[in-house]
Amino acid sequence: MVKIGEAPEGIEGQGFFATSLDKAIGLARANSLWPLPFATSCCGIEFMATMGANYDLARFGSERLAFTPRQTDLLMVMGTIAKKMGPVLKQVYDQMAEPKWVLSVGACACSGGIFDTYSVLQGIDRIIPVDVYVPGCPPRPEQIIEGLMKIQELAKNESLRRRNSDEYKKMLESYNIETAE
Amino acid sequence: MTTAHPNTQSIVDAVAIATENLASTNLDDYGMLNILTSTNHLIGLVQNLKDNHGFIYLTDLCGSHYPERIGAEFEVVYHLHNLVENHRVRIRVHLPENNLSIPTLVNLYSGANWMERETFDFYGIQFEGHPNLKRILNMDEMDYHPLRKQYALEDETRDDKNNTFFGR
Amino acid sequence: MSEITFNKQGQMVSRDTIDGDIATLNLGPTHPATHGIFQNVLKVDGERIIEAEQTVGYIHRAFEKLAERRPYNQITPITDRLNYCSSPINNIGWHLTVEKLAGIEVPKKVDYMRVIIMELARIADHLVCNSVIGVDTGALTGFTYVFQEREKIYELFEEVCGARLTTNISRVGGFERDFSPVFRAKLDKFLQDFTRNFDEFDKLLTRNRIFMDRVIGAGPISAERALAYSFAGPNLRAAGVDYDVRVMNPYCSYEDFDFIVPIGKDGDTYDRYMVRQEEIRQSVSIIKQALAKMPSGKHHADVPDFYLPPKEEVYRSMESLIYHFKIVMGETAIPKGEVYFSVEGGNGELGYYLVSDGGRTPYRLHFRRPCFIYYQAYPEMIKDSVLSDAILTMSSMNVIAGELDA
Repeated sequence: MVKIGEAPEGIEGQGFFATSLDKAIGLARANSLWPLPFATSCCGIEFMATMGANYDLARFGSERLAFTPRQTDLLMVMGTIAKKMGPVLKQVYDQMAEPKWVLSVGACACSGGIFDTYSVLQGIDRIIPVDVYVPGCPPRPEQIIEGLMKIQELAKNESLRRRNSDEYKKMLESYNIETAE
Repeated sequence: MTTAHPNTQSIVDAVAIATENLASTNLDDYGMLNILTSTNHLIGLVQNLKDNHGFIYLTDLCGSHYPERIGAEFEVVYHLHNLVENHRVRIRVHLPENNLSIPTLVNLYSGANWMERETFDFYGIQFEGHPNLKRILNMDEMDYHPLRKQYALEDETRDDKNNTFFGR
Repeated sequence: MSEITFNKQGQMVSRDTIDGDIATLNLGPTHPATHGIFQNVLKVDGERIIEAEQTVGYIHRAFEKLAERRPYNQITPITDRLNYCSSPINNIGWHLTVEKLAGIEVPKKVDYMRVIIMELARIADHLVCNSVIGVDTGALTGFTYVFQEREKIYELFEEVCGARLTTNISRVGGFERDFSPVFRAKLDKFLQDFTRNFDEFDKLLTRNRIFMDRVIGAGPISAERALAYSFAGPNLRAAGVDYDVRVMNPYCSYEDFDFIVPIGKDGDTYDRYMVRQEEIRQSVSIIKQALAKMPSGKHHADVPDFYLPPKEEVYRSMESLIYHFKIVMGETAIPKGEVYFSVEGGNGELGYYLVSDGGRTPYRLHFRRPCFIYYQAYPEMIKDSVLSDAILTMSSMNVIAGELDA
């Protein structure tokens, strides 16, 4: 018998399984994250290798990649973000629906990387909130997978009320991101 | 690699004719013929080389800034290539800081379009007759020309990196 | 009643506009079909493209200004990030430029080693481009097959320099270490299995009726227009001009090898795809020739000013210590001069215009980037074609954003 995942604690009986809502939803969200690969440069090629058959990101539930922010939950920013690209990235982040997570892959997305220049944004966390940072230049596919697994941990354990809480709203305001009221 | 091309002398003669003997030529240690000319002879010279001597390929076009060379601070460097005879030449035009204008090569080589825009973006050199001389790589709102020597590499307003640790 | 006519690709288009107005379509910076970030604002009439306006610079990282700050050894990691699908070619091109400036002659063995690494990088680059043409026509299987081969090439690079993608491979004056027996064994295994796996990928697409109908006639360009736009590499060769820097200005002992330069006829997507397929086969042949004829000798030139001495000697001899210090701190005396050198990159003539004033960093370093130069021909290539052909044309031109914006 193949074990696909850990079952959360709950009451089991014949033909039914009862658990708390946030655990069930957390399990569902964590194992079906649909990513938006915002691949700009070299890290994008390592991402293509991660999607390939050797490292296979699809077994973590990320089978359906889409380039549309309306239908994805995970924004994977891979590669250098120049200041010219900043507003585009912010717009893509705004267009995503809650709950959404951001994975910053590569040194350039985390902090500007080796490009300490006038035209490169020194880290995407200057314009959008980031959940997990994956360092590397470029990171190996195993590291990108580890980053995704940490996002899965976050998704699994997130409280259902987090996105409506005051703390979250204050954080979004600090980035000048408007929340629908 | 360091031997000059056999056609070098005929090109030197052609340059002398096309620029009324006002251009200077120099064969450097790497075998490349360097031609220094002025803005009013540039088009005539390049047209002559393209039509009569087979230099139909514009390999590269870039700018440079030499702030210590008063009166000729900027320069535009063209690399032309004759694919049949396999001959490369380098043409250079000096520009003073108060008159950064030079005729465009877009009518001769369509590929010069973006290369001239890039040179304008980086150095502020105006190419007269260019169909669309706007910034290409930097943001349109940028108000200075970043590759000039007086400007720093880094964005000075950043606060997470301490210049002293980076040896600046 | 709109009149039906045929465009130059032989496709049916209607001459009158549908409602009398022209739509603006944004093939924006983030789009699955633009492999890299650049924007095209298309004016379309129905599905026929009338004009395109391009915006690039979304990943401008100021390489040329950055190079004025870094000593010569530290510029190699920047050159990696130009055409990151084939970074060894960029690295070795930069080292050849510095060697030309400083007048360094490397032994033949280094030349052959460099040729092997560069041809592996070229195979990797062309594999990505061709499989992505397949993906854009809907054939996703080829992509997964091809990336397995790319993983094997990554392993080979890792054996030599430790990194998969942005390699920082080779040094000024040679290689940091000789090819290990593990590398030789992996390379032999790769060469044994590659042709069979590549033929499988070839069979999927090359004579596939659907693929051929899609790509033949998509985005053509004539040889005269390609030369006017300073095209280079497979795009120019597909248009019919046999200009290959390896043959025209041989470097790194390429004149010792026997290979064909494939050329196309119409310059359309099918020709570009076929030119790259054949170039992959030619690269495999060059690697086999280089392995067979590999001379013996040292893996580096005898230039203590540029090439790091062995670590044991650094601890024992004064001169080695001083050379080591100077090279690492970037205090080597570089001769003054101005040099232009080009190599045949994955996309064509990758040129380095280096001006040195004797200081520890270049005074001016300009990269002649083939992607930047040929991408400006894109609106002309897609004029009057349908949107799906425009997507194919873009992916067959192999526009790499890092090289486009630098």
